[in-house]
Amino acid sequence: MSTESAISGVNPNVDTSRRRFLTLAASGMGVIGGAAVVWPILASLRPSAKAQAAGAPIAIDLAVIEPGQKFTTTWRGKAIWVVRRTPEMVASLTKVTGELVDPDSASSKQPEYTQNAARAIKPDISVLIANCTHLGCIPTYRPDHPAPDVAANWEGGFYCPCHGSKFDLAGRVYKGSPAPVNLSIPPYRFASDSQIVVGEDPSAA
Amino acid sequence: MGIVANPYKTTGFMGWIDDRFPATKMWRDHLSEYYAPKNFNFWYYFGSLALLVLVNQLVTGIVLTMHYKPGAETAFDSVEYIMRDVEWGWLIRYMHSTGASAFFIVVFLHMYRGLLYGSYQKPRELIWIFGSLIFLVLMAEAFCGYVLPWGNMSYWGAQVIINLFGTIPVIGPDMVVWIQGDYSPADATLNRLFSLHVIALPFVLVGLVLAHIIALHEVGSNNPDGVEIKKYKDANGIPLDGIPFHPYYTVKDIVGVVVFLMIFCALIFWAPDGGGYFLEKPNFIPASNISTPEHITPAWYFGSFYAILRATPPLFGSALPGVIAMFGAVLVIFFVPWLDRSPVKSIRYRGPYYKIALALFTLAFIALSYYGMQPPSDFGTLISRIGMAVYFAFFLLMPIYTKLDSYKTVPERVTHEAH
Amino acid sequence: MKLIKAAAALLIGLATGVLTAPAALASGGGDHPYFRVDTGNLAGLQRGARDFMSYCAGCHSLKYLRYNRMAADLGLSEEQLKANLMFTSDKPGDTIATAMPNESADWFGAQPPDLSLTARARGPEWVSDYLQSFYLDPSRPLGVNNTVLPGASMPHVLWELQGFQAKVEHAAAADGHGAKKFELVQKGKLSEEEYKKFVADLTNFLVYAAEPARNKRISTGWNVLIFLFILFPIVYLLKKEYWKDIH
Repeated sequence: MSTESAISGVNPNVDTSRRRFLTLAASGMGVIGGAAVVWPILASLRPSAKAQAAGAPIAIDLAVIEPGQKFTTTWRGKAIWVVRRTPEMVASLTKVTGELVDPDSASSKQPEYTQNAARAIKPDISVLIANCTHLGCIPTYRPDHPAPDVAANWEGGFYCPCHGSKFDLAGRVYKGSPAPVNLSIPPYRFASDSQIVVGEDPSAA
Repeated sequence: MGIVANPYKTTGFMGWIDDRFPATKMWRDHLSEYYAPKNFNFWYYFGSLALLVLVNQLVTGIVLTMHYKPGAETAFDSVEYIMRDVEWGWLIRYMHSTGASAFFIVVFLHMYRGLLYGSYQKPRELIWIFGSLIFLVLMAEAFCGYVLPWGNMSYWGAQVIINLFGTIPVIGPDMVVWIQGDYSPADATLNRLFSLHVIALPFVLVGLVLAHIIALHEVGSNNPDGVEIKKYKDANGIPLDGIPFHPYYTVKDIVGVVVFLMIFCALIFWAPDGGGYFLEKPNFIPASNISTPEHITPAWYFGSFYAILRATPPLFGSALPGVIAMFGAVLVIFFVPWLDRSPVKSIRYRGPYYKIALALFTLAFIALSYYGMQPPSDFGTLISRIGMAVYFAFFLLMPIYTKLDSYKTVPERVTHEAH
Repeated sequence: MKLIKAAAALLIGLATGVLTAPAALASGGGDHPYFRVDTGNLAGLQRGARDFMSYCAGCHSLKYLRYNRMAADLGLSEEQLKANLMFTSDKPGDTIATAMPNESADWFGAQPPDLSLTARARGPEWVSDYLQSFYLDPSRPLGVNNTVLPGASMPHVLWELQGFQAKVEHAAAADGHGAKKFELVQKGKLSEEEYKKFVADLTNFLVYAAEPARNKRISTGWNVLIFLFILFPIVYLLKKEYWKDIH
């Protein structure tokens, strides 16, 4: 009966490079296999087909919105504003540029085709995502002016009750507000003169 | 400075950890310096495979819980939502549903290994007890999971199983209502089974698995020869016939894992229904309290126990004896370490009595499992009764036939052919 | 590669055969003629979808199947989908509802069931057999009955295609071997062979609708098995290599 133990360390005749290679190959395959298992699990957490269907583009009828009025709806769970701006309201936009943080919307989020003076495809229709860029509250619509309770020379816009951020009628943020950038604009297009589709770019038509 | 250096002489990052937490100690105790007998055979793959399937069930279960909506009105739809709307949801669900069946296949073979090689004998009685408890909890876990899709088979399965408690004299009927939280299986029932399935039972299961492994590593693994390798040690106190679990059994178990995955994946991707055994056809119909599926059959892994339930004749019009027999069939497993009076562990050195008994038991278990899934028939009942008699005789007569049996001389050291 | 595929096929055959053989035996010796499922043939699925929308969707919904999912799986563009298959909704993300109003349940004495999962709940053999087993029966309110689902309240919607058949009442018909169960008494637009093909397309479509991931499941399965077959020799040699230490 042998009194030697079953294993006496690495056998000197053993080719360690072969062992290293096989270990490496098996580990490499193991990492690939592991990733192939983890991938579907992570992918399953993305918006499901149901969420995507619920987040499909929505059509908004513009006829129901009076000049100067704000219409609120939701798209992908976010509040969306559509404001039919009067010519005076559009004119007010140029008066306030000196007081704004980002008057050209250079560092704000909007589709390229709305990065203009009125932040809109057509100046009279403004479409905005209603969440304040500070912490996500919904500002109140204050088209009235003068409004000394909001600001000394208020030209109309949005005022966030949470932390006092102020925005003009194109959603551009005033200096001195806690919000860092202008309100965001969702992709949208005009399906006809009286209907817009939020969630689709004009080219997608 | 000021602290005593850790006894593992690790430095750097691991040294910092080991000064505060026994990471290296645990690695050594359970893997790199856990000495397992060198002569493990085919039957020794199923322990690590059971662990693999447990991890599969936990991971896929967590993801499914993120998408599933318990509730009589929502459960069925949410399962189809997982199958269709959730990206890769079908794969995760099939991994879980096929995993449930794989769990039982692996656990049955793992338990059978114990019967072959006497792995429950002194000093491994507690390992067997923990294992039996794992089996019991696993059955409860599987039953709860079976109900969750709230298909018509789920519903009537819940109805039948919960009604078993109704056979308990005096308090039975009230108990059924209490378990259901309603007058028939309903929303409340589904929600409490969901809670048990995803929180309570997995907790218990994982705890028992840890206890099972800790107990095993305390006394050391048995082997196909049933010889204690700790009897012969070298100068360092290492068993002469023991080899470090890591790397030798890790690389061996990985081979087993790959072969297992081939079969497991063939099922997941080509036969996720398992021919109606993993996912029953009636379970693709939403639960209906006014129409029972034509054949109420249990999941295949409950077949043997269900056959015992059905084969037991009622007493004074009560199905209680069947219920007692069914639970008895599970309970009797716990007592095997004390029923077996054999002086040897492994079947290799046992005499003909045990070999015949185990062969008959194997046949009986397979026959019971089969007839448990068939619609009731006279022939099926007859076979089930014979099977049931053999099943109980195997356990209850064990003290007698293992005492009368003849035995071969057990070698001093394990036998192993290096290859 | 060939070897891997052959070995994989053997493995799959064994795994599925072991499971399905007893199930087939248990289901009563095959009540329904064998139906070979083929969801890989997209043209067939497209025909099946078109036929479902034309003949079935009037009464039966597929409430778990979304239009755009179906289009993507069947290889159709959104324009093709909208032009040919979408009659109950204008949103591609919607599920397939029926055109039938709810109160119409009274028309047939029962609400026509949703067919999303029928092919899984009943089996493709059942669906295929059912669609071929309508026969004239004056005792029924609608004049037809079905041997697969006796007393079914569904009319023979496809009579224009199949025609009408009568049940053959001789002894040989009972055991279903060789002898025909039905006899065509009024010809339809399609020949017997054409109708069989029509039913096969429809059945395959319903099999698809019951499990839209079916094709992806099988293609993913090949990738997984090929990966495992490549992995196996590596881990086997690795084990051999380490076990050289053991004596």
